[in-house]
Amino acid sequence: MYRYDEFDARLVSERVEQFARQIERRLKGELSEDEFKPLRLMNGLYLQLHAYMLRVAIPYGTLSSSQLHMLAHVARRYDKGYGHFTTRQNIQYHWPRLIDVPEILRDLASVQMHSLQTSGNCIRNVTADQFAGAAADEIEDPRILAEIVRQWSSLHPEFSFLPRKFKIAVSGTPEDRAAVRFHDIGIEIIRSDHGETGYRVFVGGGMGRTPYLGLCIADFVAREDILAYLEAILRVYNMEGRRDNIFKARIKILVNALGLDNMRARVWREFEEIKKEGSLNLPEQERARIAAYFAPPEFEPLPDTCLEFETACSGDGDFAAWSRHNLSPHRAPGYAIVTVSLKPVGGVPGDCSADQMDGLVQLMDEFGIAEIRVTHEQNLVLPHVRKKDLPALHDQLERLGLASPNSGLASDIICCPGLDYCDLANARSIPIAQDLSRRFSDLDRQEEIGELKIKMSGCINACGHHHAGHIGILGVDKKGVEFYQLQLGGSGAEDATIAEIIGPAFSKDEIVDAVERVITAYLRLRQPGERFLDCYRRLGLEPFKNVAYLEQLHAAY
Amino acid sequence: MPLIRNGSWAHDDYTALTDQEPLADGGVLVSLNRFQAEQELLLARNQPLGVRLSSSQSPENIGSGLHHLSLVALEFPAFRDGRAFSWARLLRSRLGFAGEIRAIGHFLIDQLAFMERCGINAFDGDARITPEALAAARAEFSNVYQPAVDGRPSIGRLRAQSS
Ligand code: SF4
Repeated sequence: MYRYDEFDARLVSERVEQFARQIERRLKGELSEDEFKPLRLMNGLYLQLHAYMLRVAIPYGTLSSSQLHMLAHVARRYDKGYGHFTTRQNIQYHWPRLIDVPEILRDLASVQMHSLQTSGNCIRNVTADQFAGAAADEIEDPRILAEIVRQWSSLHPEFSFLPRKFKIAVSGTPEDRAAVRFHDIGIEIIRSDHGETGYRVFVGGGMGRTPYLGLCIADFVAREDILAYLEAILRVYNMEGRRDNIFKARIKILVNALGLDNMRARVWREFEEIKKEGSLNLPEQERARIAAYFAPPEFEPLPDTCLEFETACSGDGDFAAWSRHNLSPHRAPGYAIVTVSLKPVGGVPGDCSADQMDGLVQLMDEFGIAEIRVTHEQNLVLPHVRKKDLPALHDQLERLGLASPNSGLASDIICCPGLDYCDLANARSIPIAQDLSRRFSDLDRQEEIGELKIKMSGCINACGHHHAGHIGILGVDKKGVEFYQLQLGGSGAEDATIAEIIGPAFSKDEIVDAVERVITAYLRLRQPGERFLDCYRRLGLEPFKNVAYLEQLHAAY
Repeated sequence: MPLIRNGSWAHDDYTALTDQEPLADGGVLVSLNRFQAEQELLLARNQPLGVRLSSSQSPENIGSGLHHLSLVALEFPAFRDGRAFSWARLLRSRLGFAGEIRAIGHFLIDQLAFMERCGINAFDGDARITPEALAAARAEFSNVYQPAVDGRPSIGRLRAQSS
């Protein structure tokens, strides 16, 4: 993985000291809270319902074991012993004290981590496919570009006060695990007909109040031009994006108002000029320097079948179940990609205790696993595991409470912190996710249902990606009472769609039953092998809508 | 009121005029509207002339008259409004403007280094905006990742040189 050189390291430490001085000025009253707010946000520090919240970046979701160990240390020393992994490859600490923040940031900087631009109206932490470097169908490791973009976007002199936040995601495979079309800019690495690697660029995707899928603004941008092209998009957005209404300030609104062709022409004009200046051309030498850090580890030459593993799989024990759902094909024979679920039955999606983190560190050392990944689905991934190690690794995960065999199933729910923490929330999301996960805890039942992505947000900001859920749930507030809107048919994958709202919201006592009725209807209506999403796409809203409301009166007595 | 130009206190040699005020002797700073309405008259005076842009006005609106100006003042209505960063860059790059670019309105010392990188070389802000604050802001970061219009070599360039 990437390692800072002296330049990167110095910049991050200088940023920590700058922020320490900003906090000092705030404490001395030289900065008003209004002035301090955007400064602290640009460093990932929120003021929430009960306390400050610090959001730490995990660029493109990759962590070394020593970094994970540091996250555990921060959780233990400055927080209540746990952290919360978010849908944007960040970790949030919900209870730090303001005066401790510089010390936390210094600790993080010592392992090359930071909270730069995890919030605020700037270019946010760049995200990428969690299977980077391991996926079988990868064209190029997306983290190379993501790191290049991380550097270019850090403390950008022109784009640190944008109309609104700006999110960029990169995917290196045709299969999209990074939800690129739901980002302000989504980049798909592609290979041209001539075998040249380059980038397809989508612009204007996003969730929130007005969800849009990103539109393809450039079919193929050459490697050396990508920063110039991104700078051009950002400049058009900075100059022309709306600033009069916070709900209309994202680039998706601008793209929609201008029309894609117009937007493309404006970006092109800026791009040509930036390219002519030449200073943003990405030299192959620098790209190669960064790429070298992401060279895959040396894989042992192993046969693809491994007797110990196959035997363990064929049993009917916990390992077999786990292996059915939490393993993905690796590009190297004899290896597998392991998804470590952070969705235990009745748990808080994405939460991980300091002891669990340290347990994972130990396990990584023991099995020679150098990196761990954080996914936008709020799980962790061990990217390179020898199949023969899997049974022993599973035992240890079980001991840590991290072996839920539910990746991609009904109880693998994405859920934002909601009203339990977040001051923007309209409703609690965690308790609903917990109820759902208990309702569907039976593994046989989950297996019968098959792939199902339930995603839930506590307000219209959509941190829980409800628009992209096969089943999406949105918390709303009706005269001070929490209600839940049900949406169906979304997808954040390569077949991206926006979920449709089925009708009036449900009360908190009704929503879980409504979801269950929709799923039961699906089981009745599906064709053999048909996923929930495909069944919904075939049949449309009506049959699901009818059952969702059918027994509402009974459910509420 | 004193302002900072090229890093030190300087005398403001322009009188800022509203659209109604009669022209004063010496340098004047007028709005884009007034400049467009009275361009001939203003240029014929042969005195230092500046145009003030609100944050929603692109400097491209100034047109060919730009090369007769010695000052463009960019307004920051609130420090959150970052459009002027792009206006300054356009002035220095596409439009090739070599005169004074002055930030006016509401901005924070935490923005000064970014402003300079984008080509702003004069600051007319609140009491906290001093040459000392500017010098401190400049010193906060030893290096930068991005090329901008200030000619500072980016970290990428430095890496290429040292290898
Ligand atoms: S979706 Fe809303 S409630 Fe949930 S974390 Fe985001 S802002 Fe907070």
